[in-house]
Amino acid sequence: MHMKKTLFILFTAVLGLAVFTSPVPAQDTIRLAYIDPLTGAFANVGDAGLKHFEYMAERINENGGILGKKLEIVPFDNKTNPKESLIQLQRAIDQGIQFITQGNGSSVAGALIEAVNKHNKRYPDERVLYFNYAAVTPAFTNEKCSFWHFRFDFHVDMKINAITNFIKEQRPDIKKIYLINMDYVFGHSVSDAANRMIKEKRPDIEIVGDTFHPLGKVKDFSPYVSKIQASGADAVITGNWGNDMSLLIKAAESAGLKSDFFTFYGGGLGTPTAVGKAGKDRIYQVIEWHNALAIEEDKPEDEKFYLRFQKEYAKDSALEWYYGRIRTMMQMVQKAFEEAGKAEPEAVARALEGMTHETLYGTATMRAEDHQLNMPLYIAKMVEQGTHDAKYDVENTGMGWTTVGRVEAEDVVMPTTCDMKRP
Amino acid sequence: MKNTGTSAIHPAVVKTALFLTAAVIIFLLPQVFRSRFAQSILNQMGIAVIFALSYNMLLGQGGMLSFGHAVFYGLGGFMAVHGLNMVNNGVVPIPTELIPLVGGAFSCIFGLLFGLISTRRAAIPFALITLGIGELIASSALILPSFFGGEEGVSADRWTGVTLSGLDFGRGSEVYLLIAGWMFVSVIIMYLLTRTPLGRMANAVRDNPERALFIGYSPHMVRTIQFTLSAFFAGIAGGLFAINYEILTAHTVGMIPSAEVLMMTYIGGVGHFFGPILGAVLITFLQLFLANITHAWLLYFGLLFIGMVLWAPSGISGLIMLHEPAWKAGLFKKLLPSYAKAFVPGFVLFLGIMVFVEINYHLSLSTDPQSPMSLFGLGFKAQSPLPWIASIVLMILGVLFFRKAMTGVREAWDEITRLMRKGKADG
Amino acid sequence: MLEFILFSCINSLLYGLLLFMLSSGLTLIFGLMNVLNFAHASFFMLGAYFAYEISTYIGFWPALVFAPLGVGVVGIFIERYGLRSVHKYGHVAELLFTFGVFYVIDELVILIWGRNPVPYEVPGGLDFTLLTIMNTNFSAYRAFMLLISVAMFAVLFFVITRSRLGLIIQAALTHPETVGALGHNVPSVFMYVFGGGAALAGLAGVIGGNYLITEPAMAQNLGPIVFVVVVVGGMGSLTGAFVASLLIAALQTFAVGMEVSLSDLLALWDVYIPEASGIIEDLLRIQVSHTRGMLPYLFMVLMLVFKPKGLMGTREE
Repeated sequence: MHMKKTLFILFTAVLGLAVFTSPVPAQDTIRLAYIDPLTGAFANVGDAGLKHFEYMAERINENGGILGKKLEIVPFDNKTNPKESLIQLQRAIDQGIQFITQGNGSSVAGALIEAVNKHNKRYPDERVLYFNYAAVTPAFTNEKCSFWHFRFDFHVDMKINAITNFIKEQRPDIKKIYLINMDYVFGHSVSDAANRMIKEKRPDIEIVGDTFHPLGKVKDFSPYVSKIQASGADAVITGNWGNDMSLLIKAAESAGLKSDFFTFYGGGLGTPTAVGKAGKDRIYQVIEWHNALAIEEDKPEDEKFYLRFQKEYAKDSALEWYYGRIRTMMQMVQKAFEEAGKAEPEAVARALEGMTHETLYGTATMRAEDHQLNMPLYIAKMVEQGTHDAKYDVENTGMGWTTVGRVEAEDVVMPTTCDMKRP
Repeated sequence: MKNTGTSAIHPAVVKTALFLTAAVIIFLLPQVFRSRFAQSILNQMGIAVIFALSYNMLLGQGGMLSFGHAVFYGLGGFMAVHGLNMVNNGVVPIPTELIPLVGGAFSCIFGLLFGLISTRRAAIPFALITLGIGELIASSALILPSFFGGEEGVSADRWTGVTLSGLDFGRGSEVYLLIAGWMFVSVIIMYLLTRTPLGRMANAVRDNPERALFIGYSPHMVRTIQFTLSAFFAGIAGGLFAINYEILTAHTVGMIPSAEVLMMTYIGGVGHFFGPILGAVLITFLQLFLANITHAWLLYFGLLFIGMVLWAPSGISGLIMLHEPAWKAGLFKKLLPSYAKAFVPGFVLFLGIMVFVEINYHLSLSTDPQSPMSLFGLGFKAQSPLPWIASIVLMILGVLFFRKAMTGVREAWDEITRLMRKGKADG
Repeated sequence: MLEFILFSCINSLLYGLLLFMLSSGLTLIFGLMNVLNFAHASFFMLGAYFAYEISTYIGFWPALVFAPLGVGVVGIFIERYGLRSVHKYGHVAELLFTFGVFYVIDELVILIWGRNPVPYEVPGGLDFTLLTIMNTNFSAYRAFMLLISVAMFAVLFFVITRSRLGLIIQAALTHPETVGALGHNVPSVFMYVFGGGAALAGLAGVIGGNYLITEPAMAQNLGPIVFVVVVVGGMGSLTGAFVASLLIAALQTFAVGMEVSLSDLLALWDVYIPEASGIIEDLLRIQVSHTRGMLPYLFMVLMLVFKPKGLMGTREE
C-alpha cells in the first residue's frame, strides 16, 4: 500500500522536472510558432512547410530581420490532430509566443480559430494572432471569420472561380465536365461551388457526373475512372489531395482516360513523385506560383530564390519550393510589423487589414472585411521538363510546369458574408 | 490486493487514507505546475484516467478486448458539445458541472445497443465486432455533418453562465478542478463497482463463462451490463474532453484513440485496479512530452510497447505488485542492490539505443544533416564515426552487463523466495 | 452502362485478387495460431519498399522474387524471436505484440526511405496498353497483376492440398493438439506459416506498390480491410478468403455506380420528407456510393453477429 504512495510521489517529481525545463524566451527575437504535423502520417507535408518558413526567416534575417530583431520559427508538432494542436497552442503561449501559423487540415484550423478567439477574450494581455497559410474552408473568412485570423491561401470558392473563369475565357472546347471529390465537407464545397459557377458562366457545359468517394479509403480508382470514361467528360474538376489525388491520376493513365484534370493539389508535395509520367499533359493546377514562372516572365531574382532553396534545403531530396504564398505572407507580415512599429498582435492585425503588396507576379491585397488575401492566380499544366518553358522539373521526376492561363485578381475574388467583430 | 492480516490497522482505513492523500495531492498539483502546458497535460491526464479505467472494465474485469472504445468516448463528447451549445442557445439550463453526465447518458444508450449486439461471445469475435463498429462510426462521422460537424468538428463555449459552483470555467485551472472532481468520483464508483456482485460476476464470466451460465447468470447479459457501464464512463471522459477542449472532431471517434486507450491500459496493467491509472498518466505524459523532445518518439513508443509485451505482460502495476509480498515481509531491501546493479547497464543500453536512433533520425530526416546535432548538451556531427562507435559500444556493453546483472536479480529473488517460504513455515 | 459493368467486373476481379493475396497469409496465421496479426499490412508495405530498393539496382524481375523472400525472412524472424515468446501470455499479448511491430516497422521505413513517396514505377517492359475495349485501355501491367495473382492462387492451392507441409497445416487447422501429439513440430509449422504469410503479403506489395503508391502511410491506409476478408471468408479457410475477397471487391466496386439515396428510394413510393433537417437530412442525402468505405465493415459486423463461422469456416474461434 505504501508503495503506491511512494510511486505516486516519485512520478510527480519526474513530471515536475520535465515540465519545468521549458526554454526561456529570448528578448531580441520575434518568434512565430509553426503548429503543424512533424510526426505521423502527414509529417512530410508539415516538414516541407517548416523548411519553407525557415528559408524565409533566413532571408528576412539576412536583411536585418524585423524591427531590428531576428525572426525565429519555433516548430510545434500537432500530429494533424485538433486536440494536440490546442495543447501545442498552450505551449506556445507559455513560451510567450504571440504569433502562430498553421496550414494543414481544416479541422485543426477551425479548432485554432475558435481557441484563439476564446483565448484573446479570456486573456486580453497575452493575445495571439494566427496566420493561416493553407486551410481553405470558405467559412473561415465568411461566417466563421475572426479578427485574429488572416488567410494567405485562396479558399475553395476562389479557386473554383479562377478555374471556371479560365474555362469560360480560354477553353470553349470543353463541353462536358465531371466532378469527383472526397466525401467530406471540403469535397462537397468544391462540388457545390463548381456546380454553381459552371451553370452561371457556361450554361452550355453539361455536368456529366458529380461523384464523392470516401476520404483516403480507396486503393483502386479504376471503377471511378470507368465512370468518367463512360460519361465522355472533356474535363474533370477535383479538389482531391494526397494519395486520393495521385491514385486517381494513376488510374486515369492506366485506363487511357484523355480528359484534362483541373486540380487544386496536383502539384502538392509528393504528388508529382507518386504520379510520375502519368501526370504529363493531364494534370492542371490552380496555383499562385510554380517553378517555370520565373523563366516565363523573366524574373531572374525569383529563379535565384528558387534555386537557392533547392540547393540549401532540398538538396537531393524530393522537396520543392511549393508554397509561393509563404513568401508573400512573410513579406506582408514583415511589412505589418514595421508599420505597427511593435510586435503586438492587435497593432499588427490592424496594419495587415487592407494592406496591398506588390509581389513579382501581381498585386496582393489583404481584404479588411474578412482577412482574405487576393491576388492573380495561374493555371499550370504538367509537362515534360525541357518542353515549353519548363526549365526545371519538380521532385526529380522529369516533369515540370507550364502556364496555360493567368486569372487576374478581379476574376479570383469572391464576395464575403463576414461580419467582423473588432476589439 | 490481498491482506495478510499482519498490519494492525484495518485495511479500509488504509485505503481511505490513501484516497484522501491522493485527493489532496491531485488538488494541489496545479499550484505546483503553473504553466499552461503543464495544465493541459494534467487536464488530459485526468480525462485519460477515466477513459482507461472504463476500458479496463472491459479488458481487465470482463475479459473483453475492444478495438472501438473511442466510439463511446467520442459520441459522449459530441453530445456534450451539443449540450453546451443548447445551454448557450437557452434551450436547456444544464450547469456546466453536469455536462459530462449528458455525454455519459448518451454513450450509455449506445453502449446498451452495441453491447447487446457484440457481447454474445468474448475474445476474438467480440474484438472484431468492436473493430467493425469503430470503423463504421468513424466513417459515418464524415458523412453525417449535422451531428459530427464534418471535418471542422463541432465547437462550443464552456463559459455558459449556468453553473452550480459559481466558477465560470474560463480558465484552464478551473477546468482542472472540474476534471479532478469528476475523475475522483468516477474512480471511486468504478472501484466500488468491482466489489459489487456485478463486478464479481464479470470476473467469473471472464474466467469461465460456462460455469457462470451453469449457476444461472447469462454471460451475454453480464457482459452487456458491464459494457454499458463502461460506455457510460467513457462518455463521462468524452464529456470532460468537450469541456476542456471546447471542440470535438472526427478524430475523437477514430481508431487512434481506441488504440491509445488499449495501450494505456495494457502498459499500466490490466490485473490491478490502479494499473490503468498509471498507464494513462504515463502514456499521456510521454505522448505530449516526448514528441516535443524527439521526432523519434513513435519509434521509442513502439519499442517500449514491444518490450512491455515481451518482458512485462502484466504491466507496470503487475511489476509493482510482484514486490508486494517481499515488501510486506520486509525483504524488499535485499532486492535493491541487485536492482541497482541491473539499472546501470540497463541505462547504458538505453543510452546506446537512444544515441543510435537519434543519429539516424538526424541523418535521414532533419533539415540539414550536415549541421551539428546536440544530445545531452554535447554537440557533434552525425557523419563523424565517433558517435556511431560510441553508441554501438554502449549498446554492446549494455547488453553484456545487463544480462549478467539480470542473473544477479534472479538470484536475489530466489533468495527472497526461500526466506519467505521459511518465514511462512516458521510462522 | 455495358461498358461500366464490364469494367467493374474486371476491376473487381483485379482488386479482389490483390485482396486475396493480402489476406490468404493472414487467414492461415489466424486459423493456425489464432493471432490477429496487425503487422500484416506492414509486410505489404515492406514488400513494396524492398522491391523498390532492389529494382533500382538489378531491376524489377529479380525484385519480384527477392523482395517477397526478404519479407518472408523478416516474418520468420519476428515469429521466432518475438511472437513465440509472447505465445505463453495468451492471445491478447500476441495481438498487442503485432501492434507494436506495426509501429516499429512504420517508423523504420520512414527512417530508411524518408517520409515522401518513393518513385517505384511499373517496369518499362510492361508499361504499354494491351488492349482497348470501348475506349478504355487495359494496361499490360494490370494483366500481369492478374496473371501473378492467379498463379499464386494455383501454387498456394497446390501446396496446401498436395504437399506434406500443406497437409500438416490443414490438419493443424482443425486438430492442433492431435498434430502436436503425432510428433510434428507445431512451433516450426507456425514459423513457416507466418513467414509464408508475410511473403505473400510482400508479393502483393511488390506488384501493388508500383500500381498504387509506395509511401510510409501505405500500411496504415490499408486499414483493417484484410480482417474483413478473413472474417467473412471464415477464419482459416483459404477458399473462403478467396470468395470473400472477390465478394468484397465487387461490393466496393459496384457501389461506386449506385448513386441512389434514401430519399430517391422513398420517392419511388411517393414518400417525400419536405422539411427534413439535421441528422434526418444527412441520412436522406447519403447515396449508396458514399457508403463504399463502410460497406465491408457493416458486412463484417453482420456476419459476426449472425454467422460467426464465416462463409466457409469450420470453427467459431
